[in-house]
Amino acid sequence: MRPYTVALAGNPNTGKSTLFNTLTGLRQHTGNWAGKTVVSAEGEFIHEDTAFRMIDLPGTYSLYSNSADEEVARDYIIFEQPDVTIVVLDATSLERNLNLALQVLEMTSRVVVCINLMDEAKKLGIRVDTDQIERQLGVPVVAVSARNKTGIDTLLDKVAEIASGSHVPKPVPVIYNDDIEKKIAQLEPLIRQTLGDRFPARWVALRLLDEDESLISSLRAKLHEQPATEQKEEIRYGRTACH
Amino acid sequence: MTTSSSLSLADASTGSYIRLERIEVQGVLRRRLLDLGFVPGNVIEVMQKSPLGDPTAFRVNNTTIALRIEESSLIFGYYEESDER
Ligand SMILES: Nc1nc2c(ncn2[C@@H]2O[C@H](COP(=O)(O)OP(=O)(O)OP(=O)(O)O)[C@@H](O)[C@H]2O)c(=O)[nH]1
Ligand SMILES: [Mg+2]
Repeated sequence: MRPYTVALAGNPNTGKSTLFNTLTGLRQHTGNWAGKTVVSAEGEFIHEDTAFRMIDLPGTYSLYSNSADEEVARDYIIFEQPDVTIVVLDATSLERNLNLALQVLEMTSRVVVCINLMDEAKKLGIRVDTDQIERQLGVPVVAVSARNKTGIDTLLDKVAEIASGSHVPKPVPVIYNDDIEKKIAQLEPLIRQTLGDRFPARWVALRLLDEDESLISSLRAKLHEQPATEQKEEIRYGRTACH
Repeated sequence: MTTSSSLSLADASTGSYIRLERIEVQGVLRRRLLDLGFVPGNVIEVMQKSPLGDPTAFRVNNTTIALRIEESSLIFGYYEESDER
């Protein structure tokens, strides 16, 4: 069986590569500046006899400001459709980090939110109520310290549950004002007609309303290269890159 | 210093806190600013101006961001008494 694919998304410097290295045994460079991930690295790991392929995406604050990094991360999530996306958050700066989490939750429901740097948070006297965050987001939330390797097993259990389909999260949707919601409702059926069920129609509607030219041209290129009936692109196998 | 009328971040005095009210920057940069935490309701600290007076550093969601006057003059808010964020 093909391994499940797991993507790591998150703001810069939240410990994605550290987590990636811990799990895959690869040494993707980590650190503040020199080690910033620019291309996505890939590696494999086994959890409870199940194989996973992990993709370390570049860190971004958003998926909509159209920098090269953001396009890489956005296109990966929307076009490659990983079995699970782990959104890595910095426990010491949750407010800003949750922006990206909400953006990813609009694109896919197969998400585990991983709150990293819990050791730092503790030092600063920050207490994180993961149950409450889990209720408000509607997806599993796990607190970890990638550096001290705490919480990793729980994280992987959640990832495995979502990958196998034994748990199907229901993210709490962001509701916009009446004006926007009305337009989304108008666009959604047209988008389903044109694109089928390959892409989340609500999310595509929002991008169209946002006049997101970059997404529209990516989408156009994608439609051109593969027939509309194909569900998921065959994933290139066993490619690893180390930076 | 307290005032009830709104002012732009470009006019705010160093060391003050501003509760944001509206962002009039447009396009991709608007998106970027929102993503960094320049959202209505959020409180921003005005840090120091660079030697030539531009750009100015702002503290938003625990991160320091430098803005040129072209942007900061289009972001509006009110002075906030406390440093509550
Ligand atoms: N204290 C502490 N530091 C951590 C933890 N995880 C990562 N770090 C440190 O945080 C810094 C950034 O980690 P990276 O793994 O490079 O972060 P990243 O998310 O891959 O960063 P980008 O590739 O720039 O997006 C490094 O100095 C890590 O050693 C953790 O759980 N606790
Ligand atoms: Mg990295």
